[in-house]
Amino acid sequence: MVDLTINGTARSVDADADTPLLWVLRDHLALTGTKFGCGRALCGACTVHLDGVPVRSCLLPLSAVGGKHVTTIEGLSKDRSHAVQRAWMELDVPQCGYCQSGQIMSAAALLRTNPSPSDADIDAALAGNICRCGTYPRIRKAIHRAAEFLREDKTL
Amino acid sequence: MSQDPGGKPRAADPGRRAFLQRSAYLGGGLVVALVLPAFRSGPRAAAASGTELNAWLRIGADDSITILVDRSEMGQGVYTALPMLIAEELEVDLPRVRIVAAPAGEAYVNVLNGGQVTGTSNSVPEAWEKLRKAGAQARLMLIAAAGQRWRIPPSQCRAANGEILGPQGRKARYGELVDAAAKLPVPKDVPLKEPKDFRLIGTPLPRLDTAAKVDGSAEFGLDVQLPGMLYAAIALSPTLGGRAAAVDSAAALTLPGVRRVLPTASGVVVVAEHFWQAKKARDALSITWDAGANKNLNNAAIWSLLEKAAAGPGVSAMKSDDVAAALKGGNAADALKKAARTFTAVYELPLLAHATMEPMNCTADVRAGQCDVYVGTQVQQMTQAAAAAASGLKPERVYVHTTLLGGGFGRRLEVDFVPAAVEASKAVGAPVKLIWTREDDMTHDAYRPPAREEVAAGLDASGKLIAWSLHVTSPSITARFDPTNKDPFDSVIEYVQNFPYAVPNFDLRYTRQEIGIDVGYLRSVSHAANCFAVESSIDELAAAVAKDPLAFRLELLAGKPRDTQLLRVLAERSGWGHAPAGHHQGLAFMAAYGGFHAQVAEISVESGRLRIHKITCVIDCGQTVNPRIVESQVESGIVYGLSAALWGEVTLEGGRVKQRNFNDYRVLRLHEMPELDVHIIPSDAAPGGLGETAVPPVAPALCNAIFAATGKRLRSLPLSAHKLG
Repeated sequence: MVDLTINGTARSVDADADTPLLWVLRDHLALTGTKFGCGRALCGACTVHLDGVPVRSCLLPLSAVGGKHVTTIEGLSKDRSHAVQRAWMELDVPQCGYCQSGQIMSAAALLRTNPSPSDADIDAALAGNICRCGTYPRIRKAIHRAAEFLREDKTL
Repeated sequence: MSQDPGGKPRAADPGRRAFLQRSAYLGGGLVVALVLPAFRSGPRAAAASGTELNAWLRIGADDSITILVDRSEMGQGVYTALPMLIAEELEVDLPRVRIVAAPAGEAYVNVLNGGQVTGTSNSVPEAWEKLRKAGAQARLMLIAAAGQRWRIPPSQCRAANGEILGPQGRKARYGELVDAAAKLPVPKDVPLKEPKDFRLIGTPLPRLDTAAKVDGSAEFGLDVQLPGMLYAAIALSPTLGGRAAAVDSAAALTLPGVRRVLPTASGVVVVAEHFWQAKKARDALSITWDAGANKNLNNAAIWSLLEKAAAGPGVSAMKSDDVAAALKGGNAADALKKAARTFTAVYELPLLAHATMEPMNCTADVRAGQCDVYVGTQVQQMTQAAAAAASGLKPERVYVHTTLLGGGFGRRLEVDFVPAAVEASKAVGAPVKLIWTREDDMTHDAYRPPAREEVAAGLDASGKLIAWSLHVTSPSITARFDPTNKDPFDSVIEYVQNFPYAVPNFDLRYTRQEIGIDVGYLRSVSHAANCFAVESSIDELAAAVAKDPLAFRLELLAGKPRDTQLLRVLAERSGWGHAPAGHHQGLAFMAAYGGFHAQVAEISVESGRLRIHKITCVIDCGQTVNPRIVESQVESGIVYGLSAALWGEVTLEGGRVKQRNFNDYRVLRLHEMPELDVHIIPSDAAPGGLGETAVPPVAPALCNAIFAATGKRLRSLPLSAHKLG
């Protein structure tokens, strides 16, 4: 049994210690918003936050996350109210949508440390997230829009 | 959960019954709700509720409106655009509508594709009349029911915002009228709205599937959860076309969670309690493979086959009905002999992988006399047939539940990943989710076929184009995909069969040369190869007569108002001829999919390094249903085209695909994304297709720009295989 905190809730997981966090989330905890894309940390579809830092969960064994806090797309907000989710909806970023959980988690992590990112900052932070539908132009716009939401929220 | 697909229609009217019987699997309650917008995963058994008004529409007593969408949502927006067509005529607002994926059934056949197929960029063109008519018929039936209730002629009633309004302020909600309406005859001649009266069509309404795609609740095939479900991984033959000769599963069976090792026709399946266990056990199998006929196949051998076959005359397409009448006069061979100048060039297009973000997967649940398949598919009926064959059940006992697709691009027109899941579920007596790894997916695709495209053209003494001919040498996709199709030209001549430029002597030939492996439809199919040959060669011809590539094209398109308007708008928006210092432009045009499409690529080449600064794209796709989705589809096609043009190439060695993951099958990433400017020309012509149209012009526009920058003409892809400095 491994204890960890998922989206603010303490969970105990009975899985083989080498099971990647991705499959623990998906198959053991039914949190299927985090996606399997490549299994080698090449595409970013499996991005989650580990103690606030974006990580690729497809290569991260369960044994390495014991006692840590994991945030998945399901825990980003309860009601799609996170600035990144609001911006994504306003601009209709997703197409097929499969990579979008990972894109959103990478964008949310970027904005936490850099609330007013430049295009270059966005490029650097999102370079590890592949989208085959080509939502890149909208992702860029939406991250700037989310940054605006964050600024507006602060001035309220 | 599911009921007999022969479930009895409620209708009394014989015409309506006949209609419903055609919609074979719509019988009561069968339709399984796909978890969609704003709905968190509910119980899977939740059926599309309400009373049927036709194959696509149910209205509940609670006024709920459910639309069954019979095309698969793979990002192209059909779960928004198709409901808009019904909602327009039904007089309801879009956010009220709930979407359910239609089951497999004859009512849902795409008449342009001859089956329930999402492909060929024709979801909207095919539905344009059909779904508006369905919405209008339902509205008239509701109006007639209100007239009966109020004992007044229906002409005194009208529909607005989910209600029927009558004289003296009478009102009835659709939910109050629907049961009576469903018993009425279906009106036949139904007038449809004039474009000036559209409330929804043509407006950039938000997509209905976005909300579920930003909170993780959208359900893809990979996300299906069933009680008691087991997971499976599969060992596929490393050599394409090979098979397992001997399987030693002793080590695998000792691993935790492993339930069964099952050799199947597709590969060796390992079933376990969790996917990670299944994958580890799959990797622990010791399999002796019979490599089969492809054990010496490599790219050099493939190109040598094509080269050799291309030396023959090929089969002329000129007598085919598919070739536009305007191109049929003349004699290209004679004209080439008489030409003052002749031009020949060979263009080469490589094998490509689809590389959808969601690897192939399928969940099957085979029980006594029934099989449920949960899968992201572009072909519900073929899935049904494949699962029927694998389970030994009749097709009508197989229920196909279409999930969202994590990318399609034509890969999910194949059903090669379905039978093993069905066989596994049948063997273990439990639902099984079979998942391919990325490596399985990359090395076992139905690859875009390679094509060798030879152009011969002739100019007269004044520089006028007097002959243009193309000889395509390529394997056939359709011969395998649809053996009943006897058209020898397959998809191979598409687009070029309607060559847009004025030329008095035209010829088109095809040589079919198989290469030993399965090839498949990939987004834009042969449009990409043929557009590359057409637009590269036209650019080369313009250079040969020292004409501006745009001016040369406009001359050849004289008298075609939509084509020329498109190019003029493109010239203006891209600043054609006025690129910043050091930047160079290239142009490509395509008239296909019932519309017109052109791009200008603006690039620079410094020290042999290519930089793409901007792509300007102008389209005229006729009436747009949702311009917001149109724009995103164009953006999407350009990105897909860029990945293919820059890096896309599948290589074989010893019959094995060398590319295994995104490290060696490179695709465009965000930081490599050039600036895009997409412009839609307003039009009220019938809607054209969109999902694929933006892909083909990308590569020729880039190569034409590279020629402008360097004087170097690239006639093969990908660009990464060439040195520019």
